Amino acid sequence: MATEASTAAVTATVPQRRRRKATVWHRLLRHRLFVTGMFLFTLVAIGAIFADVLTTADPQKMSVRTRFEPPSLSYIFGTDNFGRSQWARVLYGAQLSLMIGLGVVVLNAIFGTLVGALAGYFRSLDNILMRIADAFMAFPVILLAIGITAALGPGSINAVIALAAVYTPRTARIVRASVLVAREMEYVQAAKACGAGDWRILRRHILPNCMAPLIVQLTFIFAYAVLSEAVLSFLGLGAQPPIPTWGNIISEGRQYIREAPWITLIPGIVLAATVLGLNLLGDGLRDVLDPRLKVQQ
Amino acid sequence: MIAYVIRRLLYVIPVLFIVSLISFSLMQLVPGDPAVVVAGLSATPDEVERVREQLGLNEPFYIQLLSWYGNLLQGDLGTSFLLGRPVVEVTVERLPVSLSIALYALVLTLVFGIVLGIIAALRQNTWVDQAVMTAALIGVSLPNFWLGLILIVVFAVHLGWLPSGGYVDFREDPWAWLRATTLPAISLAMLQMGLLARITRSTMLEVLRQDYIRTARAKGLPEHVVVGKHALKNVMIPVITVIGIIFSLLLSGSVVIETIFSIPGVGSLLGSAILRRDYPVIQGGLLLVATMLLLLNLLVDVLYAYFDPRVRYDGD
Repeated sequence: MATEASTAAVTATVPQRRRRKATVWHRLLRHRLFVTGMFLFTLVAIGAIFADVLTTADPQKMSVRTRFEPPSLSYIFGTDNFGRSQWARVLYGAQLSLMIGLGVVVLNAIFGTLVGALAGYFRSLDNILMRIADAFMAFPVILLAIGITAALGPGSINAVIALAAVYTPRTARIVRASVLVAREMEYVQAAKACGAGDWRILRRHILPNCMAPLIVQLTFIFAYAVLSEAVLSFLGLGAQPPIPTWGNIISEGRQYIREAPWITLIPGIVLAATVLGLNLLGDGLRDVLDPRLKVQQ
Repeated sequence: MIAYVIRRLLYVIPVLFIVSLISFSLMQLVPGDPAVVVAGLSATPDEVERVREQLGLNEPFYIQLLSWYGNLLQGDLGTSFLLGRPVVEVTVERLPVSLSIALYALVLTLVFGIVLGIIAALRQNTWVDQAVMTAALIGVSLPNFWLGLILIVVFAVHLGWLPSGGYVDFREDPWAWLRATTLPAISLAMLQMGLLARITRSTMLEVLRQDYIRTARAKGLPEHVVVGKHALKNVMIPVITVIGIIFSLLLSGSVVIETIFSIPGVGSLLGSAILRRDYPVIQGGLLLVATMLLLLNLLVDVLYAYFDPRVRYDGD
């Protein structure tokens, strides 16, 4: 009898879970802002992924004859002071920006979850881990990222490390808060009563229930990371020229902003559109996955 | 109340300790030989040796750590390579410049953020609401350094209304100060304005649904009293708690914005320190800013507990 009931429960949960996923998707697709964000982000992502298909120009190839060409049919985004195609530079810049953003998100997901889960579940670790997180969060984000990249030396990888270090405590705090709620749930007690170990409880019962706020947070982290990377490379701490990043294109274009404003203008608009797209995605995900969080931001 | 303040103070001390440890560790992150990095590639072995001596890099790790704390307790954060003067001195003398701009930006943020948020909430789901919220979202997404450059081109180069950079002390000439700091303050405030408008709107919507608002309306109070008095007070509570965050974001933006507008503040000091690898300034500047923010947050917490007694008993 008991086994029959449990198999019935197992077979019931599979379509149920699928149905739940389907309704989440439906609700997201009906969320106008989410769809707008999806559109913006997909546009930039396609530009980044298919950069070498969308342009045959070399983003680093200089040419004296084509200096300061304004946007036209032959040069969609114009050319810069070295006669390089801005279209190619912005596309390859998108590649780097999104890759750095993704790197920060992945590191955040791993270490944020790890630290947050440890602090939330093992109460003895909570105090020390959260004080360390507080100390990291006492520094203004960009200032600490600047300090770390200034010490490690400029470059994309170091920018990823610095931004991950700056944002991980923030992600860990969010994971911890959900773990604190989940660990008091009856199903956790039930699992404990069945003799499940700490790791199994964390992995199978607690963390899956902390996913919604984590996904929302990581979407926003993606947006912040892209924005902060642009600041770092604007200051000369990101990838070094001639490798194009949105930040260093804007920084180089700054001197010619009177004669050739498009050099500065276009990468800034693309950067803002990317961040806007990600913010919209985050808002949509938050509204649908976790309406309780709505008040906080 | 006193017990609460003491509890908060006791909490700040370990955090301050870790903050100083992080600042110290920055120097340890420098790959290879920091003395070579600092002295520059063209430096002679003698010069490298002198830098090493000056930085105390030839001492073992624990001695470096102890002397860092020893100096710290005496208020000594080292000497800037670039300026040849104590880090504390050069930072503190530039602090009023940065703070005056940050305060200006804070006022802009509070006024526009709160007013726009309230307007959006009162006109929920109308075109006004949508316009304000779209603007807020764009504000949150705009890179501030890029916005600063655009503002310079439009208002300084083309229209010629405001200077494109520089700084005048407020005590010398308040009007010139206002003209010099308006564009930087707007570039700095944009992000926080958007953020605060969003927070204010959602809090206002929450508050307007409460019973006491219905009671106020039911007893026939005019709408401006209901909103301006009964609702606004409760909206301000979450606003107070984010002031620390707002200030932190403002100081975060100051490095790029002060560099773009050539303002002699702490931000541009850090900006040039990064380019010239003036590590004592980077370490000391970061430590001072973080300490200031921790103390500001402490003050905010205490004020918050004073205005909302429920907080005092909540624990952590």
